Amino acid sequence: MTAIALQPRVHPAVEGGLQLEVTNVSRETESIVSITMAAPEGGRLPSYVPGSHLVVQWGNGVNAYSLTGSGNAPSEYSISVLRVGEGAGGSLAMHRLCVGDRVYVARPRSAFAPASTATHHLLVAAGIGITPVLSHARAAVERDSTATMIYVHRPDAGAHVAEARELLGPGLIALVECTDRGSFQNVLAEALITQPVGTHLYVCGPVVFMDAVLEEARGHGWSSARLHSEAFGAAELDAGEPFTVHLARSGVRLEVPAGVSLLETLETAGQSIPNMCRKGICGECVLPVLRGAPQHRDLYLSEQEKAANNTMMSCVSRSNDPELELDL
Amino acid sequence: MSSTIIETDPDAALLPERIRRFPFPFASDTYRYSANVEPATKTAPTEAGAWGAHLVDIDEHYLDELAERAKVLTRDPSRVNVLPHMRTAVWDALTTLLSSMAEDYPDTMSFHREGNICRWRNGLQNLEVEFTVGDDSSLPEGPLRFLGTQIQDDIILLDIREDTLWLDAGLVTFAADWSFAFDVGMNFLEIHHPVPRVKEERITSRAEQFLLRLQPGEQFRRTNWTMTIGRRMDTSTETYPEWGPDRTTIADDPAMPEKLHLRVEVQHLIRLPHSGALLFLVRTHLLPLTDIARVPAWREKMGHVLAELPDDMAEYKGIIRYRKAASDWLLAR
Ligand code: HEM
Ligand code: FES
Repeated sequence: MTAIALQPRVHPAVEGGLQLEVTNVSRETESIVSITMAAPEGGRLPSYVPGSHLVVQWGNGVNAYSLTGSGNAPSEYSISVLRVGEGAGGSLAMHRLCVGDRVYVARPRSAFAPASTATHHLLVAAGIGITPVLSHARAAVERDSTATMIYVHRPDAGAHVAEARELLGPGLIALVECTDRGSFQNVLAEALITQPVGTHLYVCGPVVFMDAVLEEARGHGWSSARLHSEAFGAAELDAGEPFTVHLARSGVRLEVPAGVSLLETLETAGQSIPNMCRKGICGECVLPVLRGAPQHRDLYLSEQEKAANNTMMSCVSRSNDPELELDL
Repeated sequence: MSSTIIETDPDAALLPERIRRFPFPFASDTYRYSANVEPATKTAPTEAGAWGAHLVDIDEHYLDELAERAKVLTRDPSRVNVLPHMRTAVWDALTTLLSSMAEDYPDTMSFHREGNICRWRNGLQNLEVEFTVGDDSSLPEGPLRFLGTQIQDDIILLDIREDTLWLDAGLVTFAADWSFAFDVGMNFLEIHHPVPRVKEERITSRAEQFLLRLQPGEQFRRTNWTMTIGRRMDTSTETYPEWGPDRTTIADDPAMPEKLHLRVEVQHLIRLPHSGALLFLVRTHLLPLTDIARVPAWREKMGHVLAELPDDMAEYKGIIRYRKAASDWLLAR
């Protein structure tokens, strides 16, 4: 079945990305499948930073999934997807993917990178949280650094267990699997006090699990600079809500859709707005606002200028009100 | 900074290449620091031509500048340094730039990678090498020194830790009045400490936030400028006694228009795909005043910029003692 094949509309979150073909689907556990994708014409895909995630379009929506490879000059991207019964539908759609289906993905994004100065990596995962941590373990093996992994999963329901075991050696020096809460508490407490100086800790799993691990580590004196947890997409700007702009001088009204910037909307309408970085830092695309409260998302305006609400940077900022009036 | 529509002068086609492809940095008659970053590899038109289509720019000075770099490195090995945690970033920089060059110059260069084994051919140097990513001994002087023999740019690598950029590796032989060896290990704000105005104007803090938010694979660029006496590439702090004294005598030198050069740095800011490190490339272009004066719009803009530039900026750039002479000469043409 090819329900997802070639979406007619590319979601803004994956625009300018890649179109890939599913080359393998394999069941990891009852509720987790691994999906491998490659360029339809073959060849290399962009490298990525260990712990990166891939934004994948399904139907009209997008979801982010951790990549499980090391990211070094890959020819395929692999993700693993947990089926979430009542989820927004993304995981179900992903579980229906078949070999040969085409999907749109964005370029991999990094928000959970290994620290280059770490003397050792302590990797802690629960359930589907194994995915970025597996990527870290593979990178440690390739880069001649060392890692220890603690992996909490239900009995007989651990995804990627065999691959993690295969990595054991001079890079991944220990793998501790825990299938009940009590044993995990002991293993973690022990690990937190026996790591070499300069070890960094990485945790991925349910939010309560991550919070508990981080709190325990802080309790043992780990500084926050050495603690890392997976927070999907923290660094990226979301698509934002649609809004309307009214150009006071010409009397024109324009709709700014989600995922399209005000600058792009004005350009499409034939307005020429000076611009340079298109990233909210250079200050070129400033526009005078006559009415309405902009949603400031730039790095250029000062806090006072933002509060005054009479200017905005059209390349990144949007609107808190349904309509903005601009002196254009 | 202000945006002006730049139109190429119809007579410019007759000018030599060094002028037509020069990255003239002034858009108007005044110059101030700003966060002047823009996406890389966009062709930028000037009144005399255009620049900027390629990430790695190769010009008529390619072999000469690489020979000059080799000499500087032999004299002073402190111009290159790689802190141990930057090895992955160095390999990432090498593979990223060689494959970019192969794409931009397919007639003279090619790059093939199978797993970690790479083959690089550079017809400009009659060079063919094979090396293994991650194995420092697979290239005669290691991957960073090797990259320094293939591109004219100075190379700086910054690690990202604790929401801060750290200058932890690089190969810099053509610094404009600063010392790479002194800056190794410093963070972005510390590096920019000597620069006037930028702290007050929040330029460095904004620039750092912008750089921290770049995603792997993203590439931006900016220009910066100063002036240099003679076609001298190495104006580092280390060799100051060789070039510093010229600054006091040039204003009265009848050969000033030939000797005095506008020095423009095209700087690329690249978040590397696999290491996530920030690669900062500085490609230096020098053009004498006599050449600047052949483009009427450049002659005027530069003449006015030099006359108007605030003293603190002129002092920092080291041009305060001769900028009036240069400006007068340009505006009297
Ligand atoms: C991330 C890479 C960067 C590095 C490694 C770097 C390094 C440097 C260094 C070493 C200097 C000379 C300081 C001295 O006199 O000791 C300098 C000057 C300066 N930098 Fe950066 N810089 C970087 C990016 C930027 C960016 C993104 C901006 C602005 C958006 C910027 C703005 C400036 C300015 C305005 C100066 C003064 C230049 C002059 O007047 O000659 N730098 N930088
Ligand atoms: S284009 Fe640079 S701030 Fe908008």
